[in-house]
Amino acid sequence: MKKFNLLLSTIALCALFTIASCNKEKLKGKGPITLHFDNRAGSADFAFLTNYTNAAGEELQFTTFKYYVSNFVLVKADGSEYVLPQETTYHLLNEANSSSLEFTLTDIPAGEYTKLKFIVGVDSLRSTMDVASRTGDLDPAGAGADMYWSWNSGYIFYKIEGTSPASTEMGNMFMYHVGGYGGYSTPSTNNIRTIQLTAPSTITAGEGHAPEVHIYADVLEAFKTPTAYSIASGAMVHMPASASVIADNYADMFKIDHVHNE
Amino acid sequence: MMNKIIPVFFFAVLLSASCNKGKDTKQDVRFVSPANFPAPKYNFNSNPVTTAGFELGRKLFYETQLSRDNSTSCGSCHISFSAFTHHGHSVSHGIDNKLGTRNAPPVMNMAWSDEFMWDGGINQLDMLPIAPIENPVEMDLEFAIAVQKIKNNAAYPPLFKSAFGSSEITGPKLLQALSQFMNMLISANSKYDKWKRGENGITLSTDELEGLQLFQQKCSSCHSTDLFTDNKFHNNGIKNSFSTDSGRAHITQLPQDVGKFKTPSVRNLKYTPPYMHDGSFSTLAQVLEHYNSGIKNSATLDTLLNQNGVLGIPLSVQEQQKIIAFLNTLNDEGFIKDQRFAEQ
Repeated sequence: MKKFNLLLSTIALCALFTIASCNKEKLKGKGPITLHFDNRAGSADFAFLTNYTNAAGEELQFTTFKYYVSNFVLVKADGSEYVLPQETTYHLLNEANSSSLEFTLTDIPAGEYTKLKFIVGVDSLRSTMDVASRTGDLDPAGAGADMYWSWNSGYIFYKIEGTSPASTEMGNMFMYHVGGYGGYSTPSTNNIRTIQLTAPSTITAGEGHAPEVHIYADVLEAFKTPTAYSIASGAMVHMPASASVIADNYADMFKIDHVHNE
Repeated sequence: MMNKIIPVFFFAVLLSASCNKGKDTKQDVRFVSPANFPAPKYNFNSNPVTTAGFELGRKLFYETQLSRDNSTSCGSCHISFSAFTHHGHSVSHGIDNKLGTRNAPPVMNMAWSDEFMWDGGINQLDMLPIAPIENPVEMDLEFAIAVQKIKNNAAYPPLFKSAFGSSEITGPKLLQALSQFMNMLISANSKYDKWKRGENGITLSTDELEGLQLFQQKCSSCHSTDLFTDNKFHNNGIKNSFSTDSGRAHITQLPQDVGKFKTPSVRNLKYTPPYMHDGSFSTLAQVLEHYNSGIKNSATLDTLLNQNGVLGIPLSVQEQQKIIAFLNTLNDEGFIKDQRFAEQ
């Protein structure tokens, strides 16, 4: 019986070894990685017009939840990075449009990636480019229509709107519009935040692979740390300087919940 | 007999020549930087000016459909014969006769600037038109809807096709066409320009030359180069307090920028009263007297206007008159009467 077990273990080990080495050999070429952004409110799936309570103890409901993500970078365990071609990386995620929440990064060089980096917002370079480079989600007449400040050229990076009894504004509304890429000729508020997420398991990319990365974005976390933001203290934010506290807060609202390697 | 024919013949030639002037609009349009100007800042590589693009841009510039109620076009407040300002209006009125907060700046020599509006809030000529189109007191229409209205107008697809090779109408293309038109609004043919470039033996009078010298001594720190603007932001002492309009600080949110406004060019002043960001002066004499004796102090007042505790720039009445004589050499009648720029 013992001998049999040993034999079995040896066979199993050999088999594992073979599979592992096979997999390593197979990892070649380029492949896609699909990102799925799952908006959350605490432990629950995010929903509009649903009562939640923020860290300051205020009740609130949402009617709008949109944000830009861009400038994706994939990082391997040894720290080496793959920076995606910048013009391919701009995505406006709109809770009201579920198809916007999932997109695929294509032609990723084969590898085992352990981290994902991106920014919330639109970098300063793209924010000052001529209009020929404002296509897709950056088109101010298209997908980006209500995510652009015309009077202070630049994109709104993050927009949440809704109602709360804590708001003293008309209709108990709150509106948080975060933008500010740092200024064109005069350095001013920069609310671009870089997010770095560690995957709970490696993301295997390459020819014949189609991994899916599920990212949670918790809107209530964006009210929690480092500042327990109170709607009563300010329900309307439309200027970059006063929005920094919100940008600092949403910088930690993302996490990779799980990875499917296929 | 011959004596009678010749004058008639000449008259006919003259008539046909002046008629042709009105029909010059079909000449090829191309961007040429005037010899006495610095290098333009606009990126013409991504959007070169073509005749078809310019003509489409002109039609869009005068298109009232770009406003909520089809009442107001860009050209409503930027009128060609006022050097593309709103003549006689201290602040402009747009849709529903609502008043704006600032004096409409001229649409002129745009290719040499990369920060637009009195507060410099717009960093790209291409993106500029979105601001007045969406502003509730100007044209009050969401830009995406404005583009949709143009899409639904049967006149436009062929024009987009000739301008861009495809009849598909998009926001970026609409903006590029407007940029092509605005980039052609070049004012560089005043008496001063011709004198500066040594054209046609044009000379400046003694007063004009002395005025130029005084201008260079006392004004050109800000009104620099032959664009007559440094394209920067200054507090020129119009007010003590800027609580109603903080100017540049509205964009940067920096206390040191409160009350600063972009230096306007001093070209075409004959056609563009009233003056200053709030249109508070109606004559050039008032403007010059302001610099001589009317400067109001505040924390961000430009240091050039507060030398050793003395406010302003000392200017005698005679000096002011000479400077005005020089400023009058910067009126470019050819620019405001250029039929290519007028509504067709």
